[in-house]
Amino acid sequence: MIEIKDLHKSYKMGSNSLHVLKGINFTVEEGELVAIMGSSGSGKSTLLNILGMLDEADSGDYSLDGVPIKNLNETKAANYRNKFLGFIFQSFNLINYKSALENVALPLYYQRVGRKERQEKALKYLDQVGLKEWSHHLPNELSGGQKQRVAIARAMVAEPKVLLADELTGALDSTTSYEVMELIQKINDQGNTILVVTHEDDIAHMCKRIVHLKDGVIVKDEKVKQVRASQYV
Amino acid sequence: MFSRDNWKEIFETIQKNKLRTFLSGFTVALGILIFVVLFGFGNGLINTFEEFFNDDATNTFFIFPGRTSMPYKGYKSNRQIEFDNSDLEDIENNFALLTQYVSPRIDRGGLVRYKNESNNYTTRGVNQDYRHAEKTIMMKGRYLNKEDIKNKAKYAVIGRLVEKDLFGAEESIGKYIDVAGSMFKVVGVFQDDAGDDEERRIYIPYTTRQLIEKNTDKVNQIVVGFKPEIGYAGAMAFDRSLDKFLRSKKFISPEDRRGIYIRNVADQLKQNQDFARVLQIIVAFVAFGTIIAGIIGISNIMVFVVKERTKELGIRKALGATPKSIIGTILLESVFITTISGIIGMLIGIAVLSSFGETLKDYFITNPYINLGVAISATVVLIIFGGIAGYIPARRAARIKPIVALRDD
Repeated sequence: MIEIKDLHKSYKMGSNSLHVLKGINFTVEEGELVAIMGSSGSGKSTLLNILGMLDEADSGDYSLDGVPIKNLNETKAANYRNKFLGFIFQSFNLINYKSALENVALPLYYQRVGRKERQEKALKYLDQVGLKEWSHHLPNELSGGQKQRVAIARAMVAEPKVLLADELTGALDSTTSYEVMELIQKINDQGNTILVVTHEDDIAHMCKRIVHLKDGVIVKDEKVKQVRASQYV
Repeated sequence: MFSRDNWKEIFETIQKNKLRTFLSGFTVALGILIFVVLFGFGNGLINTFEEFFNDDATNTFFIFPGRTSMPYKGYKSNRQIEFDNSDLEDIENNFALLTQYVSPRIDRGGLVRYKNESNNYTTRGVNQDYRHAEKTIMMKGRYLNKEDIKNKAKYAVIGRLVEKDLFGAEESIGKYIDVAGSMFKVVGVFQDDAGDDEERRIYIPYTTRQLIEKNTDKVNQIVVGFKPEIGYAGAMAFDRSLDKFLRSKKFISPEDRRGIYIRNVADQLKQNQDFARVLQIIVAFVAFGTIIAGIIGISNIMVFVVKERTKELGIRKALGATPKSIIGTILLESVFITTISGIIGMLIGIAVLSSFGETLKDYFITNPYINLGVAISATVVLIIFGGIAGYIPARRAARIKPIVALRDD
């Protein structure tokens, strides 16, 4: 599903340049649930941004579902993001003046899906994350865990190839975190490919594979025995 | 870009951001409103100026005699100048090419009586051509004619209000009125746009007046109508040569600023028109400034709106919004708001102007109005600039990388 070869990225900071990714190689197969771990500054967020086409690598190859991701203009990148990727952010990033349902339906709006179909689909995914009754509430009327579940529904609604989650439990307490991880595991069980960036050990161990990043290189890439979140809930 | 779905999205955004919508709409509406009202006031000023003149002919000189202030050619200073019938003929003969008509004017007050009704009116002795100077409009009967003047006929042309005061509902034509002891036959009734004072006048042949006053040949004032085709420059030259001619005839020093005075209506009209034009330029300048202020206002708000929405736009981009759709949404939203509020402001402005009507006449503003074309152009200009003002920050917002926008808290 994801193939990365010799990925480099550096940021210019005045006269210095900060080499963040120093040759990353890895592949993700369909249906995997991968945690990318590392302390802050290890380059894990940069890697996720490049995978999410929110940022561009300096050199190296990246292909997603067999499509080479290179030299994209803004419009093309937007279309690819819309078609291939679903994002889940630490700070939820819901649009605060839109209801839960409208937030979930937004990616479909950019796919030019008709209004009625949009609403139906959005409601279906809200139901999947257990928030059907909350569909007409604004984000500020929802709890943190509920917000993140709306965000997950939004990421799922366009049926992307890969879900990218950036510290998705970072703003949640541990009970809520486990609830959210349970949902992630359930989605993964349905065959979806998910990448989770985290620095929390317990969250990482709820995935099936952990990639350790340190100073811009992969230091360890191991399959782990998945801890089911349901046992904590 | 103009699909129904897009509009729905925009309406939702507008509805859910009422303060923002109100602020930008208010700026535009106010800008257009002030523009329309100011511009209308400018037109009202010009209306007032035009009204001062449109009841009288503008191709006219009024010549008034006065007292000299300098000794000249053996004559003492402080001598009263008088005009007589020979002056009328001399002007007519010497300036035949430039002159349309020459009429004397002899004003006398006095009690006028018909049956039991009586009142004081000004009786003005004139000839048949004086009618042109005042733009007198005949309601019934006729004006004085050449024969009346020649025959020193005791005929009178009375104003509308004189008829109303003395005759009431009775027919006045053919009746005799007593003017300060002499009986005059009413041959006509006139009206005048200048108002009540002028309609309380009575015109009689000047020759008749002279006959009553011991067959004198003196006249009070002389009114000269010049041919309109000589134009403004011609009128000014005529004015000067007429002055020179009369001064030499009456032995008044060319340096004497007194003696005679010529009121040149053409010159006064031009000065007033120039003044009105300058005023309108100033008003237009201020109004233009209002439009500029409106444009700056809407630009500021658009910059603020885009800034406020940076994060939202970042989210939208992460979810697959193309730069084009981002720009389209912001632009459509701003053009929509400016169009609606621009039209509202324009309509309110026009309503305000038409509600004033004559009520501001004391402030020299009569019937303020704005040409609909001007109002619409100003609105369109503001809409276009509102669009540009929205486009620049929208383009910048569309270029921001989503990660940068998302980091913005």
